[in-house]
Amino acid sequence: MSTGVYKETILDHYRHPRNYGDVPNANAQARKENVLCGDVIEMQLKLDGTRIDAVGFSGEGCAISMASASILTEFSKGRTILEIEKLGKKDVIRLLGSDPGPARIECALLGLEVLKAAIDTRNGPQEKARSDWTAGKR
Amino acid sequence: MLDVNRIRADFPILKRRIGGRPLVYLDSASTSQKPKQVIDAIRRYYTEYNANVHRGLHRLSEEATVAFEQSRDNFAQFIGARTSKELVFVRNTTEALNLVVFSWGRANLGAGDHVLLTEMEHHSNIVPWQMLATEKGIKLDYVKIDDDGLLNWESFEDLIKGKPKALSLAHVSNALGTINPVKEMAREAHKVGATVVVDAAQSVPHMPVDVADLECDFMAVSGHKMLAPTGIGVLYGRYDLLDHMEPVMGGGEMIREVHLQNSRWNDLPWKFEAGTPNIEGTIGLGAAVDYLSRIGMENVRQHEKNITQYALKRLADVKGLVLYGTRDVEKRGAAISFNLGDIHAHDLATILDTQGIAIRSGHHCAQPLMERLKVPATARASFYVYNTRKEVDILVRALENARKMFKI
Repeated sequence: MSTGVYKETILDHYRHPRNYGDVPNANAQARKENVLCGDVIEMQLKLDGTRIDAVGFSGEGCAISMASASILTEFSKGRTILEIEKLGKKDVIRLLGSDPGPARIECALLGLEVLKAAIDTRNGPQEKARSDWTAGKR
Repeated sequence: MLDVNRIRADFPILKRRIGGRPLVYLDSASTSQKPKQVIDAIRRYYTEYNANVHRGLHRLSEEATVAFEQSRDNFAQFIGARTSKELVFVRNTTEALNLVVFSWGRANLGAGDHVLLTEMEHHSNIVPWQMLATEKGIKLDYVKIDDDGLLNWESFEDLIKGKPKALSLAHVSNALGTINPVKEMAREAHKVGATVVVDAAQSVPHMPVDVADLECDFMAVSGHKMLAPTGIGVLYGRYDLLDHMEPVMGGGEMIREVHLQNSRWNDLPWKFEAGTPNIEGTIGLGAAVDYLSRIGMENVRQHEKNITQYALKRLADVKGLVLYGTRDVEKRGAAISFNLGDIHAHDLATILDTQGIAIRSGHHCAQPLMERLKVPATARASFYVYNTRKEVDILVRALENARKMFKI
């Protein structure tokens, strides 16, 4: 039987999410919900200037959204916020190792959306409006 | 009995293959497939007598009007309405319920009045009432459900004592399959003077329903869940109630005479049907009613009872599978909600799709019910006249595969 989008990596990250939980002394965070599915992801970041020192996520949802968030936290640790802001749909599919298709791509992108929104809160809540607007446009 | 193979031959879409496998369509509670009799009726309308209704004096308009009103008569007979004037064509169940809320509700409910709903309602029977509640200061009460997905009778009796002005509830739950004892509840509700509104989106397509027998005052139905096209639905309303109600939309068709400062409304049911209606949808609905009547609704119900019983038995044997709702097929319809281990319902739906199986996953537009069940979502398989036991077997095999994939 074909496993479709559910490659071993995705199932592994779903069963054993990396960087799950709060980050001590976090200085940026965001939470978002996929209205269609009810998937919820929250991320906390410890930023040192423009570098991501630590990142943690929590939430509940399907295997694709949870695995995607877990994989993203692994990827983003130690990287700069500029590198994260450049990431898009293609990068998420590459990191996941498979394309979930049009019906489920929103699940896969939720983690990245939350990560970018968290980065936007680093200078305080006045940046939040912009991230909401960006999220609404996608 | 119903001849499934003969029925299947009437549905062109069932010949489709998904990724090389035959389509197993288990999402009829969302929308049903359409038989060629319905598709042909619509094609005939467009190729032979397409024209506006109730307007032209030419031959085509006359034929279109006759076919359009014939569909109304068919439907009236189908649900036991006293007269076709009690049937208003709308887009769907949602629009029918909104019409009740914003015409009857707005005129008859005021601050402090109670409206009684249940915990298993579809959003379409919650949100319009909430909108009116905000506008008017009315209070919404909810009949509780038990863990087996049946309404809690004590909770109902308790809340009915508060003398609600309206009882509005699903005849059959779209998420749990529960058949609610609408007749008994309507009787109790009428004793305290409440008006009874029934969301019959999941009952009229699947079982014999008679508005006089149920003693309901309003009933809302969608065509697309009963073999007809999308965009056509029906509001049944008792004549005296509809007669006293104000239209919520103004325009052509719904008027008798129009002057610069005032107008007079048309007779029932056209008073509520402003603008050119969905003619092809209505004609398709008429053909769908003919199709279902030929099979016989008792036969439809019996077929679904058999397949539901079989499916419940097979699903209960899948390790890690949790079934929601009652196991008693006398008290439930053919929509079965479940979860498998810790696999999210959306993941399950995606995995089943790779096997050619279409199910629904999510909150089924019943978020309060999901909160009550303490689950974010469920997977739902639903059956109709064209589904077979073999398809249940295919579903169960695919679920076993998913279980292995997720190591449950």
